[in-house]
Amino acid sequence: MNTSITRATPESRIMAIVSILLIALLAAAPWWGKTADLRLIGEFMIYLSLACLWNLLAGYAGLISVGQQAYVGFGGYMLFTCAIYLGISPLLAIPVAGVLGALISVPVALLVFRLRGAYFAIGTWVVAEVFRLGFAQISSLGGGSGTSLPIKVMKEMARSKWMREMMVFETALLLGVGTLLVTYLLLRSRIGLGLTAIRDSEVASVSLGVRIERIKLITYVAVAGITSMIGALIFITKLRITPDAAFSVNEWTAFVIFIVVIGGIGTIEGPILGTIIFFLLREYLSDLGSLYLMLLGGMAIIIMIVAPKGIWGYVRERFDLSLFPVGYRVKLDK
Amino acid sequence: MAILQIKEMQKKYGALVVTDGFSLDVEPGEIVGILGPNGAGKTTLFNLVTGMVKPDSGQLLFDGENISHADAADRCQRGISRSFQVPHPFVGMSVFENVLVGALFGRHGMEPEQHVLDVLELTGLKNKSNQLAGSLSLLERKRLEMARALATEPKLLLLDEIAGGLTDSECKSLLSAIRDVHSSGVTIIWIEHVVHALLSVATRLVVVDFGRTIADGSPEDVMKNEQVKSIYLGVDEHV
Repeated sequence: MNTSITRATPESRIMAIVSILLIALLAAAPWWGKTADLRLIGEFMIYLSLACLWNLLAGYAGLISVGQQAYVGFGGYMLFTCAIYLGISPLLAIPVAGVLGALISVPVALLVFRLRGAYFAIGTWVVAEVFRLGFAQISSLGGGSGTSLPIKVMKEMARSKWMREMMVFETALLLGVGTLLVTYLLLRSRIGLGLTAIRDSEVASVSLGVRIERIKLITYVAVAGITSMIGALIFITKLRITPDAAFSVNEWTAFVIFIVVIGGIGTIEGPILGTIIFFLLREYLSDLGSLYLMLLGGMAIIIMIVAPKGIWGYVRERFDLSLFPVGYRVKLDK
Repeated sequence: MAILQIKEMQKKYGALVVTDGFSLDVEPGEIVGILGPNGAGKTTLFNLVTGMVKPDSGQLLFDGENISHADAADRCQRGISRSFQVPHPFVGMSVFENVLVGALFGRHGMEPEQHVLDVLELTGLKNKSNQLAGSLSLLERKRLEMARALATEPKLLLLDEIAGGLTDSECKSLLSAIRDVHSSGVTIIWIEHVVHALLSVATRLVVVDFGRTIADGSPEDVMKNEQVKSIYLGVDEHV
């Protein structure tokens, strides 16, 4: 009997082609779109990345963090520090913010990893608040009222407005697609298999030799680093930072949790679907003001009750569909 | 030399003593059956050996090395592997991927994928390779428990009530799989309530109650022991 093992499915081959075409189309957006289109796609990429990253933490590693705004804000403040005081060009400041974010996440992890379950969640939130209060004390970065990115800094990046917009947009696209690709490759790797095992049963993982503490730490630090890069990017587009905006639990964590929960936690496709739904809802309903937020909350609760694995979780179980397969298929040729 | 030496292992949960100065030496190649009433401390014993639970006192030697302070993942990589009484499948992963976790993390050998296929063949799960573990029947889940444990290439395999709830014919095929594993050179410790299944493969029988050894010896001798009859089998008859 001949047995072979494959990792691709017919759907995944189609998806690979569709993805490449879509990325090419988006990459050309500065030449076909208006400023508003670029802003919307850029913001989409930002939420897509944050959702993928939070999904890795909560959906796979079992680390339910409600304090990821700590790294968004930290990345943002590192951007301003680099650009204003060290003379580093904003786009180059993004990787610097990423490295610093990963570094600062190590001592934070040593602290919050002592907490379990709900206490971990609360602990991460407390750390984010400490970050917020801490940066509010730094008067050279504007203290509690924040600071703006000097126009000179942006002008040095590129002369023309179109050029600047194009550069920021392409960076956002690169980070969004990059995060998705890193998530995908990570989940296909040995560490990814361990992470998926941890998602399903920590007890069984440990007894099969998976070093879950190490894998969780690697995931936490990597996610913190990339989240800090996204944070830096966010505040390049905003040009102004305040502690409240930088460390907003609503904007950088609550919306992200909403996206992942309705899309499908613990799947690759879930955060993508969730981000699309979130942007559609926002596009048509955000004029309703606080009613819009109540609708989002209500929708999240309904999905949690009716389809606890999210919309993609439901689709996957129903149709055995996988657009970005990370698993293995055994072919038995008898 | 004994492959496993448990020395004066003590574990209390509050005032409840679960293992009370428990000692046991297991020689390579043995199939040690462990009998004892519910709450006798059998599963706790496995948890202590695999490192899932820390003892209050006592020592554990594996292959002559003191592993008392090694964590659970380390003990697995050294060659101690277990199945769980209540199966813990990775429900969102296929059978193949479940077993691959053991092959990639619990062992050091080459060609993990081929090794997984061999283990699936041995445990009779090969034609279920692509099925989600969450959709398996009880027998298949028990087989999967064993397959995952075997994927780590253990020197010592701990089976926790793997025959419970199976029909006679299912039990027979499980027994033949256990014999195959044993003849490939794996030492086995098996906790089981299904006495006839245990007796058909065990080379040695240990009876425990209240965390202590009551009897230890060849299956025939132990089953004749009066204390064993009254404490364990006596209780069992009324069930």
